[in-house]
Amino acid sequence: MPRLVSHPDEVKIVTRRFGQGAAKIGNYIKLGGYRAAKKCLVQGPDWIIDELKASNLRGRGGAGFPTGLKWSFVPKQSAKPKYVLVNGDESEPGTCKDHLIFLHDPHSVIEGTIIAGLAIGAKLGFIYLRGEYRYLLEIMEKAVADAYAKGFLGKNIFGSETEFQIITQTGAGAYEVGEESALMESLEGKRGVPRIKPPFPAVVGLYGGPTVINNAETIATVPHVIAMSAANYAAVGTARNGGTRLFGISGHVERPGVYELPMGYNLKKMIYEVAGGVKGGRGLKAVIPGGSSTPVLLPEEIDIGMDFDQVGKAGSMLGSGGVVVIDDQTCIVEFALRTISFYQHESCGWCIPCREGTDWIKKSLTRFHAGFGEAKDIDNIQYLAENMLGRTFCPLGDAAAMPILGFVKKFRKEFEEHLNGKLCPFAKHVEVAVV
Amino acid sequence: MNAETMTVFSPKLAARFDALVLKYPLRRSALVPMLLYAQDEIGYLSDTVIAEVAERIGITELDVRNVATYYSMLRFKPVGKFNVQVCTNISCMLSGAYEIYERFQEELGIGPKGITADGLFSLEEVECIGACCWAPAIQVNYDFHDELKPDLVPGILSGYRGRAEKRGTHA
Repeated sequence: MPRLVSHPDEVKIVTRRFGQGAAKIGNYIKLGGYRAAKKCLVQGPDWIIDELKASNLRGRGGAGFPTGLKWSFVPKQSAKPKYVLVNGDESEPGTCKDHLIFLHDPHSVIEGTIIAGLAIGAKLGFIYLRGEYRYLLEIMEKAVADAYAKGFLGKNIFGSETEFQIITQTGAGAYEVGEESALMESLEGKRGVPRIKPPFPAVVGLYGGPTVINNAETIATVPHVIAMSAANYAAVGTARNGGTRLFGISGHVERPGVYELPMGYNLKKMIYEVAGGVKGGRGLKAVIPGGSSTPVLLPEEIDIGMDFDQVGKAGSMLGSGGVVVIDDQTCIVEFALRTISFYQHESCGWCIPCREGTDWIKKSLTRFHAGFGEAKDIDNIQYLAENMLGRTFCPLGDAAAMPILGFVKKFRKEFEEHLNGKLCPFAKHVEVAVV
Repeated sequence: MNAETMTVFSPKLAARFDALVLKYPLRRSALVPMLLYAQDEIGYLSDTVIAEVAERIGITELDVRNVATYYSMLRFKPVGKFNVQVCTNISCMLSGAYEIYERFQEELGIGPKGITADGLFSLEEVECIGACCWAPAIQVNYDFHDELKPDLVPGILSGYRGRAEKRGTHA
């Protein structure tokens, strides 16, 4: 069972029911659940979308797109049915926040899905979980069945004339399916190969109908926004970055865990106070601020507020909120190799820059880390990464290239220390890297 | 082949599939879950499994294979009764995942992608499983084990051995 952590600086909004048995529908209702959905049923779509816009809630999957704005793009009239699709494919290395939401508060995901359906006029929503999350899928399925039994889902939700159904779906192992168009392909029973955009899902999405796709954390946040009011929610965060974020702090820290902190919370403080500092009192070498695809930050770059805009200004991304802390005993070349190995494994091969780029960078770094690198390899790795950026259908190409560029540019010296037949000064796993 | 009369699946799973294909706006949406649930029961996607799934969805076997090969959890060869999947992605790697992986190899006497002689265990290195804050983490089939240390490995394995024996006596 994943360990729950706590810190006085936390503002528990999305996590406030964690550890209180809220997976049981009776407890969820006792803790204020489903009131927001009922309120939205009365208030109607325009009011919901206005509230979401005013809340400054931005997509928690990584891109940070304003949720209310996304919902407003769905046409009011549509010849084809509209759909809500909840993205629980959580696969970005360093990210495990949705894991806890499904485990501790599955009804918040259902309630958020209902509200999204009411906002855009959809009658059907899908909740898609990655295949590895089987035990969480079973929790979600039980929660959905309980919501049907209570009449919160079905032909007449909450005794109204409004219909809303939910179908849960399992993936079967694919990082790329976390990208929205690949997710729709997977749900249609195909390979998770991305679609070209435009048209965007809000216009032509699942089964060709207008579709809203949101990350599970975003959806689970929605009922709280309604319950506490958009203004109160927005006030918790920073400008244009409403509310809180579930930050997953992992790697070399004393107290790893998922902490719910206000948007804009200082990254340095997050590492040294909330997570208890670098493990064993060792020195800090680098921080990945938002999942493995976000460019690395140096120790002197972490005195920043963790919201989409401030991390962007610092040259990286807030991404999925997965903060990975790296101590001074770690080899960055090995870390870069493990990172690119992942993206090479997950690249679907549809776009050539991604397919070839991830493979050649992996090959180069493998050779480099094993002590057979040449000085020109460093520039070549950078060149390969630069030529992947912006040249692929889906963001997997960028996700692979951005961290590599960060490592090469910020740790060039460490790459050079591997040259001229010198053994890696840190690594214990050179043989593993050759796999 | 008529899927209703000549099924390779248990009556329970066959009934589940009958319902699953009708659940979605499009029959084919049942394909990925169906393949995974079939694999859970049969152990892997054999030719007969693929043929029956194709029949049930109403697409070609080639189409099924084309989709199945995309997903990393789907496999075309048997694995052990308990498939040990060690995450070595960044958060787990920083927390000692390779020591865990090596210990499993020693205890089981098999290498990467190996299967023990009794068919009880298989071992593989996998990508991020979404347990980064509780690293290092593994999955044995669908069970998570987190905050691991190499010395916890023998206990995990004996737990599954015990489970297999218990099942054996009930059989």
